Amino acid sequence: MEENTSKLGADVVDTEEPLDKNVRLMSPTMMVVRRFFRSKLSIIGLIMVIGLFIFSFAGPVMYDQWGEIELDESGKTEYAVGETTYTVNGVEYTLRQTTEKNLKDNFLAPPSEEHILGTDNEGYDIFVRLMYGGRISLTVSFLAVFLITLLGVILGGIAGFFGGWIDNVLMRLCDVLMCLPGIPILLIISTILDASDIDAKYRIYLLMTYLTFISWPGTARLVRGQILSLREQEYMVAAEAMGYSTGRKIFKHLVPNVMPQLIVQMSLSLGSMILYEATLSYLNLGVKAPYAAWGTMINIISTNQDILQNHLNVWVPAGVCIVIAVLGFNFVGDGLRDALDPKARR
Amino acid sequence: MSIFKKNKKSGGNYLSGKEVRAIAKENAKVMKELEAYKNRKCDESEYLTEMQGEDNILEIDNLHSYFFTEQGVVKAVNGVSFDIPKNKTVGIVGESGCGKSVTSMSVMRLLQGPTGQIVSGEIRFHAKEKIFDIAKMPMRDIHKIRGSEIAMIFQEPMTSLNPIFTIGEQLDEVTFINKKGARKDEAKAKSIEMLNLVGIAMPERVYGAYPHELSGGMRQRVMIAMALASDPRLIIADEPTTALDVTIQAQILDLLRDLKDKIDGSIMLITHDLGIIAEMADYVVVMYAGRVIEKGTVEEIFHNPLHPYTIGLQKSKPTVDSSNEELYNIPGNVPNPVNMPNHCYFKERCAMCKEKCAGDYPDMIQVSPTHFVSCHLYEEGQNNG
Amino acid sequence: MANEQIIAQDTPFDPEAILEVRNIRKCFPLKKTITGKVTSELVAVDNVSFKLKAGETLGIVGESGCGKTTLGRTILKLHEPTGGQIIFDGQDITNLQSKDMREIRKQMQIIFQDPYSSLPPRDTVGGILSEPVEVHNIVPKKEVKNYVLDLMDKCGLRDYYFERYPHEFSGGQRQRICIARALSVQPKLVICDEPVSALDVSIQAQIINLLKRLQKDLNLTYVFISHDLSVVKFISDKIGVMYLGNMVEFGSKDEIFSNPLHPYTKALFSAIPYPDPDVKMNRIVLNGDIPSPANPPKGCRFHTRCPYAKDICKEVTPEYKDYGNGHCAACHLLEE
Repeated sequence: MEENTSKLGADVVDTEEPLDKNVRLMSPTMMVVRRFFRSKLSIIGLIMVIGLFIFSFAGPVMYDQWGEIELDESGKTEYAVGETTYTVNGVEYTLRQTTEKNLKDNFLAPPSEEHILGTDNEGYDIFVRLMYGGRISLTVSFLAVFLITLLGVILGGIAGFFGGWIDNVLMRLCDVLMCLPGIPILLIISTILDASDIDAKYRIYLLMTYLTFISWPGTARLVRGQILSLREQEYMVAAEAMGYSTGRKIFKHLVPNVMPQLIVQMSLSLGSMILYEATLSYLNLGVKAPYAAWGTMINIISTNQDILQNHLNVWVPAGVCIVIAVLGFNFVGDGLRDALDPKARR
Repeated sequence: MSIFKKNKKSGGNYLSGKEVRAIAKENAKVMKELEAYKNRKCDESEYLTEMQGEDNILEIDNLHSYFFTEQGVVKAVNGVSFDIPKNKTVGIVGESGCGKSVTSMSVMRLLQGPTGQIVSGEIRFHAKEKIFDIAKMPMRDIHKIRGSEIAMIFQEPMTSLNPIFTIGEQLDEVTFINKKGARKDEAKAKSIEMLNLVGIAMPERVYGAYPHELSGGMRQRVMIAMALASDPRLIIADEPTTALDVTIQAQILDLLRDLKDKIDGSIMLITHDLGIIAEMADYVVVMYAGRVIEKGTVEEIFHNPLHPYTIGLQKSKPTVDSSNEELYNIPGNVPNPVNMPNHCYFKERCAMCKEKCAGDYPDMIQVSPTHFVSCHLYEEGQNNG
Repeated sequence: MANEQIIAQDTPFDPEAILEVRNIRKCFPLKKTITGKVTSELVAVDNVSFKLKAGETLGIVGESGCGKTTLGRTILKLHEPTGGQIIFDGQDITNLQSKDMREIRKQMQIIFQDPYSSLPPRDTVGGILSEPVEVHNIVPKKEVKNYVLDLMDKCGLRDYYFERYPHEFSGGQRQRICIARALSVQPKLVICDEPVSALDVSIQAQIINLLKRLQKDLNLTYVFISHDLSVVKFISDKIGVMYLGNMVEFGSKDEIFSNPLHPYTKALFSAIPYPDPDVKMNRIVLNGDIPSPANPPKGCRFHTRCPYAKDICKEVTPEYKDYGNGHCAACHLLEE
């Protein structure tokens, strides 16, 4: 024992221990990636989403036989000869009449080599319109989610960080916005848009702007809640003690730590935005003919009972696309949530 | 792809994707087997056994408990053996990650599957009538020993009580479980008796109180009462005072020392505080990185510590009357028990390291009838006599 | 001076003291009316005064709820003090605006108890340590990396840790990173808020030795907050014992340990388990629990648990007096 005493505290420095070298850990990114890919559902979701993207954005470039609003005019003109016999004063007359039926547009064609999924009641190629519809749906949803997140982060961040009356005002504003009935107001706005003669191409963007406006409170609340709990973390107290400026504290230290939850929220709301867009288009409020959107393509069934029953190829594919998109985003979102959950971190 | 590039830059001590997949595949196989073994149906005779020492209540023999993590197999308990004699207190001391808690969890079979598994070894327990090998018991039969034969006191009195039931309801439940067909008033009488035993001044009032109405010290007393309510033969106290204030800790230690004589059972006391061990324990087991490195009676460990780690541990704790300019300290860090090399795990931090220490892991050497140490330094002494 | 309960606002600052705290008080509102009027409050720190010279260490001991953490954070003005004065380096910082405070901040730093939650998880060690240096322009931009590496070396961290993330380190190494971060801005005063309580015994010794050595090298002043008397004794020059927001005893280390005056200090000493099975302690075991700081007892706050409590203790708050050599205590028993 005496001998050791002479070595007392000789080593204040943390000695490098070779034992540590045997231990190899996973990097944080690796851990997230690993946990994400552990779940089969999230892999399926990811394949669905990536598939849809390729289909919508690369599809029309690779398969350019038909355009979005290009009619198939290969239909033939049919001539029908009608004979009507009638008698006037005992004399029998026969009236021959030739009617020309214009079948120039090849509508409601069954799936064939020419039209992979056939054509709709106007003669547009369904397969091609699916791709263009996907473009619109995905673009619009992404834009909306981006705007919602931006608004949510800024307003939620301000409310969470400063607290006090600012927080109170912003949160009550959220409450008010959350009380608004979404769809009825959409109907009203749409009517106004109809009356004010706006290009059919752009009205969907206007409507999505409105959706953004009523949807940000969800994200803002999430961000605010996260920031409230992060603010109590000791590394934030340390940042305060370091004398960092407010902006640095919010955007360098707080917001990056909210990112995981934000990414999850974003991928989940992408699904719901696609549904919103489809609903709008189905109600004939969003993208209007002749432009394609998945909702508009399903809307065709409302014009013709026959299509609903006998021409499944016209409306089922669009429905399948919507289901795939929503499911895909939700699977990815769930997978991300499990992967980024700090409680599961080891 | 950028992920992988970044890894290389930061020193390259990360696992590659391929390695991670290989580990996961290997783990999945082993875990599935062990889970199936845990959930099997079998006859009682399969896990009945014999004690090796007459007076022992618990014998842990070469126990291995591993965690199959994504980063590799963590050998949290790696060949631990010790006995707990009847009516004695055995203190298990060690730093975080040394496997002291995992040992107690293994005894209670509380390891979280499928990652945490007992891989091999025996845990022989002398229950009231029979002798079980707990490590071989299937999960469906664990109720035979859990609670009724072995009870546990946890570190966090704040979270170990259910906040929506009164203290009385939670205490009564213990009696109902252990004594089939007990009446309500019987259970209450027993609960009040237990609260009295742990020194609660107004047991009737505490009986009707909810956990949040009690302070930390009171809750820990209630936890102790709950552990005692089933007349267990073994109480496992896992850091029972760590979460408490010093003056409250003194109360609880007083209580535990008192109870030691009153109850007919043994205590397995897990702590990192040598002071508590010195005060409470009859025998001491010192653990380091999943292994027992020294064990003996409390006098032997405190007056004649042999293993350099035990010596260092005792010297590095400042006491109220120590007056050195600088504290003795053990350099380095507690090793992470993944991929441990087969030499003494303390080698890199040891001040008395010899050439031989680079060789195989040292065996347990018997120094006196009760004193064992696992260190190459004492091997010669054994050979000479 | 300590004889007076209240120190006058315009008392000249002690030029020798780097930190002087006068009658500091911190209350947290518990209930508010809708208009924001506070109807009930928790007095976390009540009327605490002390002086600290440069290069000294003040140890503050107490149990949970005694206000020692609040005191530490109030000194740094992480909490706005409710009353009293904080004088740091000859400047009254009590009423400084947050903008002016930012400049002072780099001279006073804090090390936390939990090395896990006190490091931002998404930044590398290098990033964590460089950021304050860059923000406060401690060294020119080009030299930041060398400065940080030098600092890491001083704190016993290997240079290749620079690129690593906090989650790869053990508690002791993380605490070293926290110490390095606090020292990166070259502070004069460091508040150590239970820096070793969350660490293993063998690591505790390393960190305490490191703190001691850094103090010698850099002439730092520490306020060392802990519930562990033996650790406090080891590192401190002066010791303050707190109970329920009050400073009950204050004095030099030797005074406090050789001649504890307050019954609470005595009980605290005897409560520590001694690592020798043969030493049978004559322990003063305090009865009952620590009262809630939201509803402290009248009179002397310790009277509910004090083995020597008299009638006067239940009614009158004892005065905080100097009993010689700057050894102050607040207890009626001593006044006789």
